[in-house]
Amino acid sequence: MTTDTASVTPQPTTLDTAPPAGRPTTPRRRGARSRRGISGWVVLAVVVACALLMLFPFWIALVNGFKTSEDYISGSPLTLPSHLSFQAVVDFWKGVDFGQKLVNSVVISGCVAVAGVALSLLSAFAIGIGRIRGRIWILAIFMVAFTIPQEALVYPLFVLTRDLDLYDTRLGVIIISAVLQSAFGTYMLASVLGAFPSEVLEAARLDGASRFQVLRHIVLPLTRPTLGVLLTFFFIWTWNDFFLPLILLPSASNQTVSVSLGALSGQYTSDPTALAAASLVGILPALVFFLLFQRTLMRGVNLGAVK
Amino acid sequence: MTSTTQAVRSGPVRRRTGTSERTAGYWWYLAPGAIGFAAVVLVPFGMNIWYSFHSWSGVGTMTPVGLSNYTTLFHDATFWTSFRNSIYFIVAMAIIPTALGVLVAAVLFDFIAPRFGTRTGSILRATFYLPQILPIAVAGVLWKWMYQPDYGVINTVLRSVGLGSLAQNWLGDAHLAIYAVMNVLVWLQIGYTVVIFMAGLSRVDPALYEAAELDGANWWQRFRTITLNQLRPEIAVVLITTSVAALKVFAPIYMLTKGGPGTSTIVPSYFSYYNFFTTMRVGYGAAVATVLAVVVTVVAVVAMRYQARSTEGLDQ
Repeated sequence: MTTDTASVTPQPTTLDTAPPAGRPTTPRRRGARSRRGISGWVVLAVVVACALLMLFPFWIALVNGFKTSEDYISGSPLTLPSHLSFQAVVDFWKGVDFGQKLVNSVVISGCVAVAGVALSLLSAFAIGIGRIRGRIWILAIFMVAFTIPQEALVYPLFVLTRDLDLYDTRLGVIIISAVLQSAFGTYMLASVLGAFPSEVLEAARLDGASRFQVLRHIVLPLTRPTLGVLLTFFFIWTWNDFFLPLILLPSASNQTVSVSLGALSGQYTSDPTALAAASLVGILPALVFFLLFQRTLMRGVNLGAVK
Repeated sequence: MTSTTQAVRSGPVRRRTGTSERTAGYWWYLAPGAIGFAAVVLVPFGMNIWYSFHSWSGVGTMTPVGLSNYTTLFHDATFWTSFRNSIYFIVAMAIIPTALGVLVAAVLFDFIAPRFGTRTGSILRATFYLPQILPIAVAGVLWKWMYQPDYGVINTVLRSVGLGSLAQNWLGDAHLAIYAVMNVLVWLQIGYTVVIFMAGLSRVDPALYEAAELDGANWWQRFRTITLNQLRPEIAVVLITTSVAALKVFAPIYMLTKGGPGTSTIVPSYFSYYNFFTTMRVGYGAAVATVLAVVVTVVAVVAMRYQARSTEGLDQ
């Protein structure tokens, strides 16, 4: 369908843009309106319809989270509430002490992000700038940390944290997550630092800068954008992480946002809007991060994918 | 620091004198990462393998049983079901999102953006990406609620438009549940592939498209000959990373079905979790986790070597 309509348009437009063929940008901008055509609008409509389908669950959570049960049953789940009711949201928030979960998630994700980036930077400094021997193998071993399934580590980690009094503490999860995520950070930063201009480093050395001074005053400022991307990703990954906190943080006072929602997965409640309200409360922080970090996220996704 | 440099340096003479002296001190910067890696990955993985040779309930004494956990495993129908379901989830997390992602990315990049502006393109891209930032636990609660058979949105809407006969117990029917879960996974994954492929397309030389367009190639022909070929590295990377993720999938299963009904949606990770923490067969769970780790590593290494070889071939 899409392709049939798409194939029609290029013909007239090639004529349009043919004279200045070398410069794609200017004629495109000028010819944009004339290129749209009916098929253009049809394709746009199809894509927008798909995009709306992607948004559908968000919409459903939004409109139904503010309904009372009676309102939900009497009306359609697709329509706006007849009157705004915060009852379901408040019930969920109070029921799971959501404020405490938010604090836990912020503390854990923030600490993991900072510690993970610091660890990544130190390791990548040794591998990318120091070019230590066997660095290819070291990177390959680090890669194991992010391909290995956490199930193959979790029971021993459970035993070890219990023996070290780190079980059911936020610190335990912070240490483990920071190390696991720094493996990815090391891999990514090492390739960035491997391409670091050697003249800069040479000049610093001639000026008598120590390794730490090179790291602190040259490498750190120049890689700040990449570190920012890593920081954002580590924060969001930890925020969304489910498996480790599920097992290592059993008590309600230490639980994260993700795990507190996981606890709802057991049974359906008789109240039809309770889960919509819970989803809505869970969506909001993620949405805030998305709006705050959208650009960093889009830039970062492909940093990770293709080096 | 210099003294340690000297100590380490006593190894074989390097070609470039001075280099080894310089690099030796860098080992200290690797120390925190290496210690962390040993404590969080290496030692625990070793312990996991050790457990897998024992019968243990998590408390009390461990009884060595040799390879019997593994032999039991290979005769356990649930174990084989879990890996067969993994194939379904590779389809849902790797293959379908890659296929749709390439198509959506190409349409957004060289059809929508040139006609309706890059802003329209990036807003649509962001819309497709949105489910990616959602904690899976949240997505799970939301979809589980939408699938609810009595008051869930999907069945309610079906009934209200007179298609009540299509209303199903989506997650409660052993034949449907896996497809219901797959649907959620496609929804979650598609944004990742769209964003990566769009970034890949921005790297492609526009002159290629211009030339094809002048030769009278239509959009579909350009998509097949240029887009798919140029995106080959990204497609390979995305297929590898998402397939590995699919083999390890846990949270969506935990949230939506807990492997059920019966074992119809069980996956290896959930099966090992179930043995660890529900039936307390720690040794058996450890064996499942070890097999999963080996499978994931083999798939990742083989796929990456294959990809490295095939892209080398492309350059020549």
